[in-house]
Amino acid sequence: MSENYVPKSAVGKWFNERLPLLDLIYGHLMPYPTPKNLNYFWTFGGILTFCLVTQIVTGLVLAMHYVADADLAFASVEHIMRDVNYGWLLRYIHANGASLFFMAVYIHMARSMFYGSYKEPRELIWIIGVFIFLLMIATAFMGYVLPWGQMSFWGATVITNLFSAIPIVGESVTNWLWGGYAVGSPLLTRFFTLHYLMPFLIFALVILHVWALHVPGNNNPEGIDVVKGSQDTVPFHPHYVVKDLFALVVFLIIFAGFVFFVPNLLGHTDNYIQANPLQTPEHIVPEWYFLPFYAILRAVPDKLGGVILMVSAIAILAFLPWLDTSKVRSAKYRPLYKQFVWLFFANTIFLGYLGAQVADGMYLIMGRIATVYYFAHFIVILPLLGYIEKTKPLPKSLSEPVLSKEEKEIIASGATT
Amino acid sequence: MSDKPVTRRNFLYITTGTFTAAGAASLVWPFVDQMNPDASVKALASTEVDLRPIAPGQSITVLWRGKPVFIRRRTPEEISEAKAVSLDELPDPQDDAARAKNPEWLVMVGICTHLGCIPLGQKGEYNGWFCPCHGSHYDTSGRIRKGPAPSNLEIPDYVFLNDNTIKIG
Repeated sequence: MSENYVPKSAVGKWFNERLPLLDLIYGHLMPYPTPKNLNYFWTFGGILTFCLVTQIVTGLVLAMHYVADADLAFASVEHIMRDVNYGWLLRYIHANGASLFFMAVYIHMARSMFYGSYKEPRELIWIIGVFIFLLMIATAFMGYVLPWGQMSFWGATVITNLFSAIPIVGESVTNWLWGGYAVGSPLLTRFFTLHYLMPFLIFALVILHVWALHVPGNNNPEGIDVVKGSQDTVPFHPHYVVKDLFALVVFLIIFAGFVFFVPNLLGHTDNYIQANPLQTPEHIVPEWYFLPFYAILRAVPDKLGGVILMVSAIAILAFLPWLDTSKVRSAKYRPLYKQFVWLFFANTIFLGYLGAQVADGMYLIMGRIATVYYFAHFIVILPLLGYIEKTKPLPKSLSEPVLSKEEKEIIASGATT
Repeated sequence: MSDKPVTRRNFLYITTGTFTAAGAASLVWPFVDQMNPDASVKALASTEVDLRPIAPGQSITVLWRGKPVFIRRRTPEEISEAKAVSLDELPDPQDDAARAKNPEWLVMVGICTHLGCIPLGQKGEYNGWFCPCHGSHYDTSGRIRKGPAPSNLEIPDYVFLNDNTIKIG
C-alpha cells in the first residue's frame, strides 16, 4: 500500500532510504483503503488512541509531583490540586480521562459485537483487544488506589483479597501482593510502578491491534467482504481522517464538560477522606466502569465461585469469535441476533446498575438472573443462533443497499457503463 | 498580491487552522507551567534572619529558596579594603556601597557565578571568597577579581526589618 511514497524533502529521502519509517506511517495513515460506508461508531478507534495518549501525557506530569508512600500520597495529591500550577486541571483530565476511556472502549466493543467485527478473519484483532481491555482494567484499578483515599484503600483491600479465595496458597499470594500482612506502603509503591508501566504495554498492544487490523482491513456496517482498491473503498486520508477528527472534537466537548463543570461526578466523595485502615466506609463501590463485573462477583454466594465467575465474565470475551457460530457478521442481516445483542447490552447495563446497589434482597436475586443471562448469551444463545437463525440475504457490494430500485435494475440487466 | 481571489474555502481553512493552533498552544501551556515553582514553593520565597549572634569577622550561611546565602559581618579592615579598590581594576565594576546597604553587613547569594559551586570564605588572593571548582577569586565585597566567573556574587533582595533582623526575598 506504500510502494509509491517518496518524501519530498532531501532529508526525508535520505532518512527513508535508510529506514522506511515514513513509508510505514504514510501507508497506514494516508492511502490505506477503507470501506466507504463506515459510520460514526468506527471513529472510536481514533478516540481511544487519543485517550491513551492523553492518559500517558497527563500521567507523566502527575508522576512528577506525586509521592507513592502511604504517609505522603494523600497529601501529595492535595498538593497537586492546590499548589502545583494547573495541577487541578491535569489531575481532573487524568481522572475523568480514565472514565471516558472506558466509555469509549465499551462503545468500541459494542460496535464490534453488533457488526460482527470479531469474526473470521479478524479474530486476532479482537483477542488483542480483549488483552488491551484486561490491561486497562488493571491499570485503572491500580490508578484508583494511588490517591490513597478511603475508596482507594478499601477498594485495594477488597480486590487483593480476591486472591485469598485461591485454595491452599491464597494467603501466601495475598501476603506476597501486599508485601506485608495488610494493604500498606509496599502495595502502594508497587501499584504505582505497575500503573506507570502498563500504559506502555497497552500502547504496544495497540500497535499490534492496528497492524492486525490493517491486514484484512476494516469490517463495515454491512459486514461483507470488501475488495481492497475497489469502488467500495476510499483512501483513509482525507475521508476518515476528517471524520475521525470531527468525532474527536465532539468527544472533546463532552470531555471538557466533565473536566470543567462536573469533575467529581464520576468519582466518589469518600476518596477525599484519607485512607484509614481502622474504618471501612459504609458502602464500598468500585468505579462505574467495573460495576457490571462487581455485580457478577457479588451474585455468587461463594467466595471462590464469585471470583471465578467474575474473571470468566471477561475471559469469555476472548472466545467470542468461536462461540458465535453464524457466518453472517452484521446484526443488520441477523434478525434474531439483532434483538439478542441489544438484550445483552441492556442486561450488561442493568448489571452495572445492580453493582451500585446494596447486595441484598431483590437486588441480589435480580443480580443472579442477570448474571445467568450474561453467560447464557455467550454459551447458549450465540452458539445456537448460528444454526436456527434465518439470516437476510447479504448485499453484493457496499453500494447495493443504497441504490434505488431503478439503479439496481440497470445493474441487473447487465448494462455496462 | 496574487491574482487568485480569496475564496470562502481559503477563509475557512485559515480560521480553522488558526483556532486549532491557538487551542493547541493554550492546552500545551498547563503541561509546561506545571514544572514552574508551585504555590507551596513560592510561599517559602522569603527568609528572616536574626543577626544578633554574629560577631564582627563572622559569617553565617542561611538557606533561601534552596540556595545558600552568605551573611558576613565585615571587619573594618575588610570594609576599607573593599572601598579602596579602583573600579578600573574590576572585571564587573560595582561600587562596594552598591553591594552593601549597611557597610558592616554583606549579604549575597553564595553561588559562584561561573557554574554554581559554593565558594569558600576568607580564601583566595583577595581575602574574600575562593571557588574550589574552577579557581575564581572574589574580594571582600564578593566581587570577581580573577578566574573564569563572569560576574560578582549576586546580591539578593533584602531589607533590614530592624537593626537586628533582615528579611531576604
